[in-house]
Formats: sequence, structure tokens, C-alpha cells
Amino acid sequence: MSDSASVMPAHPPVTDWVNDFDHTDPAWTENPFPIWDELRAASPVVHTDRFNGCYLPTTYQAVREIANDTEHFSSRRVIVRDERPEVTRNAAPPITSDPPEHKPAKQLLLPPFTPDAMKKLEPRVRAICNELIDEFIADGKCDAAARYTKYIPVRAIAHMLGIPETDSDLFIKWIHMILELSIKDERMLMEAVQEMTAYFAAHIETRKQHPTDDLITTLMNATDKNGQPLDDSHVLGSLRLLLIAGIDTTWSAIGSSLWHLAKTPSDRERLIAEPELIPTAVEELLRAYSPVTMAREVMKETTISGCPVKPGNMVLLSFPAANRDPAMFPDADKVVIDRKENRHAAFGLGIHRCVGSNLARMEMVVAIEEWLKRIPEFRLDPAGQVTWSQGTVRGPRQLPVLFGKVN
Amino acid sequence: MSGKLKIRVDQDKCQGHARCKSLAPELFDLDDYGNAHEVGDGSVPAGLEDKAWLAQTNCPEIAIEVTEE
Repeated sequence: MSDSASVMPAHPPVTDWVNDFDHTDPAWTENPFPIWDELRAASPVVHTDRFNGCYLPTTYQAVREIANDTEHFSSRRVIVRDERPEVTRNAAPPITSDPPEHKPAKQLLLPPFTPDAMKKLEPRVRAICNELIDEFIADGKCDAAARYTKYIPVRAIAHMLGIPETDSDLFIKWIHMILELSIKDERMLMEAVQEMTAYFAAHIETRKQHPTDDLITTLMNATDKNGQPLDDSHVLGSLRLLLIAGIDTTWSAIGSSLWHLAKTPSDRERLIAEPELIPTAVEELLRAYSPVTMAREVMKETTISGCPVKPGNMVLLSFPAANRDPAMFPDADKVVIDRKENRHAAFGLGIHRCVGSNLARMEMVVAIEEWLKRIPEFRLDPAGQVTWSQGTVRGPRQLPVLFGKVN
Repeated sequence: MSGKLKIRVDQDKCQGHARCKSLAPELFDLDDYGNAHEVGDGSVPAGLEDKAWLAQTNCPEIAIEVTEE
């Protein structure tokens, strides 16, 4: 990220979190959990003047209220940035859609992402995991974020869309521009969206001549509620969404899981002894280290958990903070690897529930299973440094680990 | 505690998280869009009561009702 430091207007460091929070502050990026506890103790909803005005609900209850209130809160902007780029039609439906447009846009994407559909994809994901492990296992160490967790979701979604898995680094570059660099430099957003649109437009043109059995063709053949084909801008918007939403989110979730297991031998040993516990553990790791913070824009004045909320402001809809609320989860600050009751909100709540949640869960389970089968013993490399992504999606971007037992 | 359990998925609340199907596949099924509904009339066969409660307590939308008949 140092390559872009020159274009980023610096944000002043935060000294008063309750009245002046900033989710791009290095302290938040490094360790947000005590910050959320402090904010939650102060109020169910806090506000900052940064980002042209933004609220942060800090409790599970407040997050649920906002997620279920599409009358006062719009999804037309879903990332909190320094600037508010003009709202464009079909930005990335359905994540940027409100009712009534939301439902038909979402219905189109749901069938390809059901649990049954994911079962068909699972063997390919398992093979991807093993191909990646083959590349570094002999080294006795690796950067698990850069060599493993980064490439599993990008290759899986490329496989589903029917675009070359070898273009993975290109997709990762666009996502970095859209989700991280654009918070402080709007031009990055424009540039990445233009490149992505041109890329997918070429794939759509090819399929007009030679249809293929993949998600791009499925979307091209989809019709709206009146039986009309979707216009190209809708298809392109949804393709951008699938690529953006399907990659660094799950990259982060798998990365945080391996980070936890690298530093928690007792949980690692338990999952090796009881692999059938892995799906339960994945839910707890999703709760404790939820990667995704969404956003809403306040459209009409209202109150949330007794706090007044005014139009013109954005809302940082922190599912990660909600999932750490002790009023909702006993021992909220601990990873309870076999937690039985877990209504976590890692994939959102309400109509915008993540369309790829079944894909993400499958990828996490398979990625952890295959890693633990081949690298049952591993630990953080004391000579290396773990670094975390900033802003909308949080997860390790460098995760140096050593394989084998400590001598 | 001797009564038979019955489950029902509130179709207005379900958002297709599919936690119920994952935890209690004998009791819940999904439609083509991945949204859940109870199997049959929602009667919980003897021995599956714990799974019914497990599904109920893991639904993020609080969309599952468990009632004792």
C-alpha cells in the first residue's frame, strides 16, 4: 500500500474515538476490538464528522434495526469514503439496490449459489487448495495470506464465472483499488471500474457468438420480471459485484481463521482430532473475525436504539462489531471453537444477506480441512509480521507462518 | 417436556442463510433460491428435538418458530 501513499490525503490520528472515530485509522486496522468495546460502552450509535458525516451502530441490536430498515437507510452507497461519488444506476445490483428493485435483482443470483450448487464446486476448490499447498509445502514456511488464502476465492469465482483463473492477479488489483485505495482517492474507483467493465464486456461479446456453461452466460440469458433480457449495464454491474464481493472477503475470512489456528494450538489440535467440528468452528471464526463492514446512507430522519439519526450522513454497518456484543454473545471476546448457539451476522442481516454465503462457508471449510491435513503443525513466524487490510474488509494480508513443531 | 415439537419457518423473515438446513437437514429443506421451509408439516420426529432447537438458536433472522404441541 506504500505505492499509493502519495495520493492519499492523510487523516489526522484519532484521539477521541467516541466523537471522532475513523475506521481507516491504523489503530483500528491493527486491533479494532477494544475500540468497539469503548464505543459500545459509550452509546449504541456513535457519530464522526469524518467522511462528511458517518454513524456507527455498536450493538447487535442497533445493527439489526438498521439492516432491517430499508425505508430510512439506502444501499445506494455501500462503502464509506472521503468523497461521495455520484450514484450510478446499476452500480452493482443487488448489493446497491433498494426495494422494489432489490428482490428481482437478487433472485437472479440466488440459484447458482445454493448449498447444492456449492457441493458441485467443492472438488475444484479442494484441488485449488492442494495445488497451492504443493507450491510451498517443501519450503517449511510460507506467507499464508499471500500464497494460500488469497488465491482460493479468486480462483473459485473465476471458475464459476467462466473466466481464466490465471487472471487472478488482475482481479485482486481491481479489488484493492475499489475497496481500499478508493476510500481516499476517488480516481482509483473510476479507473478500476472502467477496466473491469471493459474486461467483462469482452467476455460478454465472446459469449454472444459462443455461449458457454458458466455464470456469465447464465446472467446474459436471465430475464427481468417482465420477461425482458437484462440490459448490459445490469449484467456488467452484477458481474462486478460477484468479482468484488467474492474475493477479498473470503480471502480475509480464511486468513483470520489460519491466523487464529497458528497461535492457538489447543483449537488446532481439537480440529485435527475432530474434523467434523470444522463447520461449527468456521461459524465461530466468522463471528469473532467477521471480515465485512457494509454501509448505508441515511435517507430520512429516524431513531436507532433511542439515538437520533439524520439524513446526509453515511452509516458504517459494522457486522464485525455487532458480533462482538456481549449482550448478544456470552464470552463475546473469546473464540469458543465449539460454540453451539451462534446467530452471528457475518453475512449481514435482512434482505441484503450475502448472496455468496454458501460459497464462502464451503471455501472456508475446505481450505481449513486441506491445510490441516497437510500442515497440521504451524505457528506464526516470529521473524515476520502480520499485517491487516484497511477499511471495508478486514483480514490478514501478510501472514508468515512456520511449519512443524517447535524444536 | 413430553410434548411433540413442531417447527415453522417464517417465510417473511427467512433470508436464506441456510443454517437450519446445515444443522438439521432432516427437518428443513431449501427451495431453488436457497430459502428454507420445514419438511412436511413441521412435526419433529422423536429424537430430533435437539436439532430443532439447534436450528432455531442459530437462525440469524430469528425466522424459526418451535412450538410444543
